[in-house]
Amino acid sequence: MEFRDNKAIYLQIAEYVCEHILLGKWKADEKVPSVRELAVEMEVNPNTVMRTYELLQNKNIINNKRGIGFFVDEAAMDNVRNYRKQQFIIDELPVVFRNIYLLNIGFDELKSKYETFVKENFNA
Amino acid sequence: MYYLTNTVDMININNLNFGYSKHKPLFKNMSMRLSNGHIYGLLGKNGAGKSSLLKNLAGLVYAQSGTLDVMGFNPAKRQPALLEQICFIPEEFYLPSVKIDAYLKANAPFYKNFDNQYFTDLIKEFDIPVEQKLINMSYGQKKKVIIAFGLATQAKLVIMDEPTNGLDIPSKAQFRKIMASAMTDERCIIISTHQVRDLDNLIDTVIMLDENDVALKASVEEITAKLTFKKVKEIDDSIIYAEASLSGYNAVMPNYHQEESKLDMELLFNAILAEKIKFKPLFS
Repeated sequence: MEFRDNKAIYLQIAEYVCEHILLGKWKADEKVPSVRELAVEMEVNPNTVMRTYELLQNKNIINNKRGIGFFVDEAAMDNVRNYRKQQFIIDELPVVFRNIYLLNIGFDELKSKYETFVKENFNA
Repeated sequence: MYYLTNTVDMININNLNFGYSKHKPLFKNMSMRLSNGHIYGLLGKNGAGKSSLLKNLAGLVYAQSGTLDVMGFNPAKRQPALLEQICFIPEEFYLPSVKIDAYLKANAPFYKNFDNQYFTDLIKEFDIPVEQKLINMSYGQKKKVIIAFGLATQAKLVIMDEPTNGLDIPSKAQFRKIMASAMTDERCIIISTHQVRDLDNLIDTVIMLDENDVALKASVEEITAKLTFKKVKEIDDSIIYAEASLSGYNAVMPNYHQEESKLDMELLFNAILAEKIKFKPLFS
């Protein structure tokens, strides 16, 4: 996998796992790849993947069934959204806010742009 | 380091003094401990002593004073019980004018845990022509043969001196995958390299040699807890070290805000060479 330069590898691997869950590729109660399998796929140190899995366990996104392996948590979908929302607010929103401020974009304009975007991309 | 319940010191170096001549010491009172379950990345300038340290561990050169303990043995005694647990991949090596099967027959019996099937699998994965004599292979192919042989010995201590030198682009990715699967709880893997971009995601602990001693030994987690690596537009007092880039500077600074940045090993390397005194108190 190609990693970006601006974020710790174990967090980028967490994003990868979350993405698979959000897209429904890995479903609730299904087994996720073992630490070693994912380390080989990502070409990283297994200790790094272990750190990812510990983080995702703390967020109740995956759980560890002793002796069997790691599984997608029942409530993973909601927990991924919560986790990603926090990440978005911390990491990405400040950049967006800065541009909104610097370019003096009004909230009304933003709102109509947002609604058009949702309509075009998600048919909502 | 996370899932290990029993880490032990596999290597214990105490006040090591070493040099190739009495007047030019390479290591002065060097001490360091290494344990199982890690891939250590050994960094240092040309001539800093990376290969010499590895040779000390493998019993290929002898300390002038101090002690070296490798899995309970003194490597200088070259006891078979230790040597069968060491896989040493040197940067420069010689392979005889025989085919792989003859090489295997002559060398594998020295390692009682040698895994023939694993060796065959690795040779296949590396796409090595088994009908060709070793001496007629390219440098990269030879290197892949000794890496495959070394890992198939199942040795607990794996020492690799510039393993990615000479490997082509697909082989480097294969090598990373093979090392990710070869890193087990029982193993201690030490890789010296200048090609940090080939290996930086495999390394969990950085060891840097400079000025006759260990300038830094810290896990990636510890380094990124204490330092952030990021692009900045302007340089201010908080920055310890920076290099100009297209869009500003690549900078190293103390991690005041618990940022989770990606370790830039090349930048760290240059930063420590340039500002050693500023890093000392952070990692003591």
